[in-house]
Amino acid sequence: MDEIKTLTIDGEIVSAPSSATILDAAMENDLHIPTLCNLQGLDAVGACRLCLVEIQGQNKLQPACTTRVEENMVVQSKSARLQKYRRMIVEMLFAEGNHICSVCVANGHCELQNLGYEVGMDSVRFDYVYPTKKVDATHERFVLDHNRCVLCTRCVRVCDEIEGAHTWDVAGRGIGTFVVTDLAGDWGGSGSCTSCGKCVLVCPTGALFDKGKAVGEMSKNSDFLEYIVNAREKKQWIK
Amino acid sequence: MTIDELYEIGQNFRKQLEGFSAEIHVCCSGGCFSTGGLALKELFEKACAARNISADVRIISTGCIGLCGAGPLVRLFPSETLYVKVQREDVERIVDEHIVGKRVLTELAYPADAPFFAKQQQIALKNMGRIDPESIDDYIAHGGYEALAKAITYYTQDGVILEVRSSGLRGRGGAGYPTGLKWSIVRKVKSTQKYVVCNADEGDPGAFMDRAMIEGNPHAILEGMAIAGYAVGATQGYVYVRGEYPLAIERLKKAIKQAERTQMLGNRIFDSDFNFRVDLRIGAGAFVCGEETALMASIEGRRGQPRPRPPYPSQSGLWGMPTLLNNVETFANIPPIILNGGKWFAGIGTEKSKGTKVFALAGRIANTGLIEVPMGMPLREIIFDIGGGIPDGGEFKAAQTGGPSGGYIPMQHLDIPVDYESLAQVGSIMGSGGLIVVDKTSCMVDLARFFMEFCMDESCGKCIPCRVGTVQLFKILDRMTTGAATVQDLHTLEELCDMVKDTSLCGLGQTAPNPVVSTLHFFRREYDEHILKHECNAGVCEMPALDEPAPVAAAVPAVPAVSAAETVPAAEAPAGKKNGGSKKKST
Repeated sequence: MDEIKTLTIDGEIVSAPSSATILDAAMENDLHIPTLCNLQGLDAVGACRLCLVEIQGQNKLQPACTTRVEENMVVQSKSARLQKYRRMIVEMLFAEGNHICSVCVANGHCELQNLGYEVGMDSVRFDYVYPTKKVDATHERFVLDHNRCVLCTRCVRVCDEIEGAHTWDVAGRGIGTFVVTDLAGDWGGSGSCTSCGKCVLVCPTGALFDKGKAVGEMSKNSDFLEYIVNAREKKQWIK
Repeated sequence: MTIDELYEIGQNFRKQLEGFSAEIHVCCSGGCFSTGGLALKELFEKACAARNISADVRIISTGCIGLCGAGPLVRLFPSETLYVKVQREDVERIVDEHIVGKRVLTELAYPADAPFFAKQQQIALKNMGRIDPESIDDYIAHGGYEALAKAITYYTQDGVILEVRSSGLRGRGGAGYPTGLKWSIVRKVKSTQKYVVCNADEGDPGAFMDRAMIEGNPHAILEGMAIAGYAVGATQGYVYVRGEYPLAIERLKKAIKQAERTQMLGNRIFDSDFNFRVDLRIGAGAFVCGEETALMASIEGRRGQPRPRPPYPSQSGLWGMPTLLNNVETFANIPPIILNGGKWFAGIGTEKSKGTKVFALAGRIANTGLIEVPMGMPLREIIFDIGGGIPDGGEFKAAQTGGPSGGYIPMQHLDIPVDYESLAQVGSIMGSGGLIVVDKTSCMVDLARFFMEFCMDESCGKCIPCRVGTVQLFKILDRMTTGAATVQDLHTLEELCDMVKDTSLCGLGQTAPNPVVSTLHFFRREYDEHILKHECNAGVCEMPALDEPAPVAAAVPAVPAVSAAETVPAAEAPAGKKNGGSKKKST
């Protein structure tokens, strides 16, 4: 049985089981901490660094998505330093890829775009990298546009953990990192892909989308994850 | 195998050695290998055969003797004369004069009392360069595996850990975590399976300690690992070694096979119920795999990417099992600690940094090579006495420790003692032991740029601050060295350094800005001169004179520069502008 811990997040005293992360505790109490790579129902990887929080008594910033709650922990998620870093991270994402909202299928339904609003990004101070990236439209139903990928690896995790196909993975390194299907072949020729479309639904940007969708038409809904996870872990067929 | 049988192997081998009237040790490691060490060995063999004294003279190739800059090195026993820069034509002379005539060739011999050797204290490197790395008998004859026998026969598991704790040994990989503490954590975690891992993924530019140690005395590492395995209750060990070190891999393979055959590894070691096996895992060239969680992912066969800690490997490591992960040098220090006791080791070094540290001297230094000095030795002594100072009348500018994660130590801090705390105080780190000396011909901005490029190339791409931040840092530094930077760039640079350091996922990103921060702290004038005057004191960076227009820093493809957030008007081409493309000019 989990022990119950009490802790303070942004001045609010909250309780959470010891197995919960800071992010779990915050979400349960309707305290917002920005995230990008995290998606409830998938393993946390702590890659995007947006959910970094300050914990009293610790020098290092810790990701809320992977740090477990502890008794009497005092967590600060909205300090000026954190806000500044978050904005820089979002700016870096925009500088890294080719994110052009006005022509994007996910315009208006994009988590990256929303993050831009949230952190108050009115311009990008960094050099745009303008990488040359490919679009893979070989799949019958879906399209992968590397230009819009933020490498959150949600697609990799949902395919591995939920669908069990492990079609997706990551190749390359540093700024040259990119997601691949199977052994970096065309998505359409993938032998392991079940065409379930889960990766498309969890993708936070317009990197994965349904074929035939026009600008702004691709809205995504990852509610199915909660349904599947509840069914698997709690044996409850509820949403 | 019992402890007596072990002594017998040693005695037999020593008796065999007594049959030789002389020994020729030819260094065939790293630098000496590339300057023709192996060919020298063959020439010595031929020369001895021609004089019919082959049976009297033992000729072996050894691991690193240390004075790599003066290679190829040849050491003759029993007189322990070291000949430096031995050329092919010297071979006959050495055999005739020294072996046959018993006269030391003074013009080739390196003075035995020279500070390079006299000021060193060798513990981890003790047998390196003195034994045949491919012979387990030679290692046993020099006291090898005695510590393992002693640990298993006379010590309890906790006793071994206590000995290591009392030695005060700290992790030699760079961070300096107390080794005994780490061992006791792994020992206490309850699990059906535990692992011992040796991190030999040495990747810092200019560092070659681990390589030399494995190539020169692979059994010492295996012995250290086996003792660790006994202490923490592990039955399986892995050595994660770089694929770029083929000779180290070959020597380790051979050593493992020999150790298994002599029952130093395997089942029922020294007739106890302790079983321990070691396997090799070979890295595929990623620097980040030196980070412990990435290293373990790589051993498991997954993509070499770090994961957030905690959980630490000592609790949940390889395949979720408690794993003890230490550096090559840490393991090499274990057998001497067990043999001589922790107190003996703790008597060397400073209060908080015990024992000795191996350094690879590189850069603008007369005696390039591998040294081992007691902790707390002043940096000046290391560089000017042991290292022999700057060659060709050059002037010292700074010493770099810790590779791409470390910092620069300028002239005014030359007298600091070299230990974990003192180095951290001046903004550098101990690191794994790379020590690169730079003189006035090096530009600090250019060096910072070099290390940033390294980190940028080696970032795994998992977390955003490291993946993109290092690229942005590199771009700014690149602009500085080409005369295209602005004052605003300097502010952004500092801001980025803080951000990448504070927010990155693993040590690679967290320490990537260190060379920049350190040079900014001590050599800020050079940055200012580059930006404001387009001057590079060292004459390394080529920049247009100030009245000329600055060149376009990065190639910008003709893509319409459209920012993604709708609230922002189209941003201007970012790199070509002198002000670095900030928002001021965007409307």
